Amino acid sequence: MSLPDDTRQRIQSVIDSDRVVLFMKGSRQMPQCGFSAQVVQILDSQLGEYTTVDVLQDPEIRQGIKEFSSWPTIPQLYVGGEFIGGCDILTEMYQAGELSQTLGTA
Amino acid sequence: MSEERRARIESKLRERLDAAHVEVADESHLHAGHAGAREGGGHFRAVIVSDRFEGKNRVAAQREVYAALEDEMGAHIHALAMTTLTPAQWKEQGGG
Repeated sequence: MSLPDDTRQRIQSVIDSDRVVLFMKGSRQMPQCGFSAQVVQILDSQLGEYTTVDVLQDPEIRQGIKEFSSWPTIPQLYVGGEFIGGCDILTEMYQAGELSQTLGTA
Repeated sequence: MSEERRARIESKLRERLDAAHVEVADESHLHAGHAGAREGGGHFRAVIVSDRFEGKNRVAAQREVYAALEDEMGAHIHALAMTTLTPAQWKEQGGG
């Protein structure tokens, strides 16, 4: 499966629009999946503001982000344009005390 | 059916990642009624020990696991919570 150029550009421009961007299911206020909820909870404990993209509202991004990141599941976190990981990785980083460094909030 | 699927995932991980140790648990029952569960894919939790993870960061290690399960993702696996360890890390945690 290949990622259409316009979808790739849309994803890239969202990632470029903020330092911390979370692709998730549902909204920050109302996550629609336990894994997305867990990541929001962790980020909320570290950060006041960040961008979330609800992939359930946008089938192109929902499919496209998997190919864009070479990562088959959602949520996905980007910081400073770089793919950081999904729920397990963020949870591990948080528990290890590494996440605040990555987010620049240490 | 679900035990068959769990065992198949476990054997693919063991073979395709040359894993020294693999444990896969089917946690689909914890997510019944969830949107992803309705699409048919299961929720799994896995511990994988392989020297392929040596020198790799978490993202690279998990990408290897997803690649090994490429033909299962979506249709059979909705979500996979995983812990990837090198044999040395596993030993440290009391495994082996």
